[in-house]
Amino acid sequence: MVSISVKHISKSYKSVNALQDISFEVKEGELFGLIGPDGAGKTTLFRILTTLLFADEGTATVAGFDVVADYKSIRNSVGYMPGKFSLYQDLTVEENLDFFATIFGTTIEENYDLIKDIYVQIEPFKNRRAGKLSGGMKQKLALSCALIHKPKVLFLDEPTTGVDPVSRKEFWDMLKRLQQKGITILVSTPYMDEAALCDRIALIQDGKILEIDTPEAIVKYYPKPIYNVRANNMYQLINSLNAYEHNHSVYPFGEFVHYTDNRTDFNPDHLKAYLESRNLSNIHIEKTIATIEDTFMELAK
Amino acid sequence: MKRFIGFIKKEFYHIFRDRRSLFILFGMPIAQILLFGFAITNEINNVDIAILDHSKDATTTEIINKISASKYFSIKQIIEKEADIESVFQKGHVKAVLNFEKDFSKNLIKEHRATVQIITDATDPNTANTISNYVNAILQQYQKDVNKDITIVYQIIPETRMVYNPELKSVYMFVPGVMTIILMLVSAMMTSISITREKELGTMEILLVSPLKPFQVIIGKVFPYIFLSIINAVVIVMLSVFIFKMPVEGSLFLLALESILFIISALALGILISTISATQQTAMMISLMGLMLPVILLSGFIFPISSMPLPLQVISNIIPAKWFIIIIKGIMLKGVGLQFIWKETMILLGMTVFFIALSVKKYKIRLE
Repeated sequence: MVSISVKHISKSYKSVNALQDISFEVKEGELFGLIGPDGAGKTTLFRILTTLLFADEGTATVAGFDVVADYKSIRNSVGYMPGKFSLYQDLTVEENLDFFATIFGTTIEENYDLIKDIYVQIEPFKNRRAGKLSGGMKQKLALSCALIHKPKVLFLDEPTTGVDPVSRKEFWDMLKRLQQKGITILVSTPYMDEAALCDRIALIQDGKILEIDTPEAIVKYYPKPIYNVRANNMYQLINSLNAYEHNHSVYPFGEFVHYTDNRTDFNPDHLKAYLESRNLSNIHIEKTIATIEDTFMELAK
Repeated sequence: MKRFIGFIKKEFYHIFRDRRSLFILFGMPIAQILLFGFAITNEINNVDIAILDHSKDATTTEIINKISASKYFSIKQIIEKEADIESVFQKGHVKAVLNFEKDFSKNLIKEHRATVQIITDATDPNTANTISNYVNAILQQYQKDVNKDITIVYQIIPETRMVYNPELKSVYMFVPGVMTIILMLVSAMMTSISITREKELGTMEILLVSPLKPFQVIIGKVFPYIFLSIINAVVIVMLSVFIFKMPVEGSLFLLALESILFIISALALGILISTISATQQTAMMISLMGLMLPVILLSGFIFPISSMPLPLQVISNIIPAKWFIIIIKGIMLKGVGLQFIWKETMILLGMTVFFIALSVKKYKIRLE
């Protein structure tokens, strides 16, 4: 069953083409990730799917309803968590949750099992005003509020931006559990490491989809062997690699630099010799596997 | 219905947890009505004046006694020469100087005319005008007393009678105006701010993606303010009746109904403002500039509409506050019933329906 279907959606603001001919489908119960940098058009796409904006062209359905004609039905059956923290800061945790339960015509008790895992973590602070929560707790509260009416489809726009790594991990664990309860989840993130946790991902940039596939498959699109390079001086290393005439791509990646060469018969020893000639020492060059980030950078080129 | 109650509960949390809005809601009405009632007034009481008497005879003494006996004036200084007039004004001790000519009594008897010069400090024109009128009145009264035995053929005696506010208390004029301003401010500004706050904080996005219908959101937003505005109106009427002894000649029930009508029209204006402004700042500026100024300047509250230039008189017709002020003045001071103010009421009702229709039409069910 198709839960979200997007066909040839385009949207432009005055002079910016926010989305250009976007098409994809999300199956029921799937955790689908939209991966792309800021300004790629992720939020615009979310707003079109949550019936907040009209697309200029194309059609889309969510849970079987058309986003334009049946917008009221969609508003009853989806949960939406905008990128900006959008709860009432002057209401307490419990009041916020209670409010959203009421306007969706339900109660906290009725759907408690759905939010229990998340809510127990913030329950000790239930009398604290939402504005005074930490970033991670705010997100958990926002997720609880988006879930309280047992939506069929959950839209999460950059839910982990500005959240600490531990909370981010917990948040994704929760998404996995929600998915097992049959909720379709469309999530966007600028973090490539989170992409690997999705069932399928769409890489999106400048309003265009670069590739759609599973995280495992998407790295296979990487066309070249990729090497981890390390040396005693990172800055000098990057400069030297960028100056190297045969380089194809040079990206810093943690303690390494990911390097690809534009020759088919590349020999790492030649590179090592070149780097030594640039006064670098402790040089390590080893083959590695491409990550989603590498793939994204390559596709976005 | 449960959704509606939940929404209203949330609105009350917002209002009671925000000190600023609480202050605007309840502190300001009381402060304004007391300010206008006590401090800002057109009446004059115990104005300090100086006397320059070149005659010092029986007549001038009698006139001076009459003046100092009135509650309006107190004689602060007796000066001796013309040159001192300038200096007493400059020191700011007195607001007026009465300058009796030489041989006042003699002239009066011989030539049947004597002159007294009234010099007033017109840096405050209204006060200056009032002072000179009051002095004139005292002089005329004196003249009448003196001539009471002599019959003058052909004499026109104007007998003025001020009705509805015989003592010319300015508080009678200010209470309807202040009530209008406060209801307008609370209803229009507070609602427009509270709706734009949802836009600014992004919560409107979530409310839109919920089964709440636009009218439910709007009614939920304005209902608390209808309630609070009614409380305000009651407080204002009670203050003016008990502290300023202002009469309510007409029906309290009619007054309440008309006030509710005006409150609803102001709320509709507030919603309209919120649909065209994106931030709380803008909403506040539009409310203040676009609503408050016309209410103060063009509603007839302070400046009489009949003495405005024609274009402004025409513009004043589209200001709901003008009609509301006519209505409450009618009810409170003249004690009229609906049969005398039905025209104003219909105009106000028409405006309210128009504003509501326009704001429901302009309310966006999507983001722009």
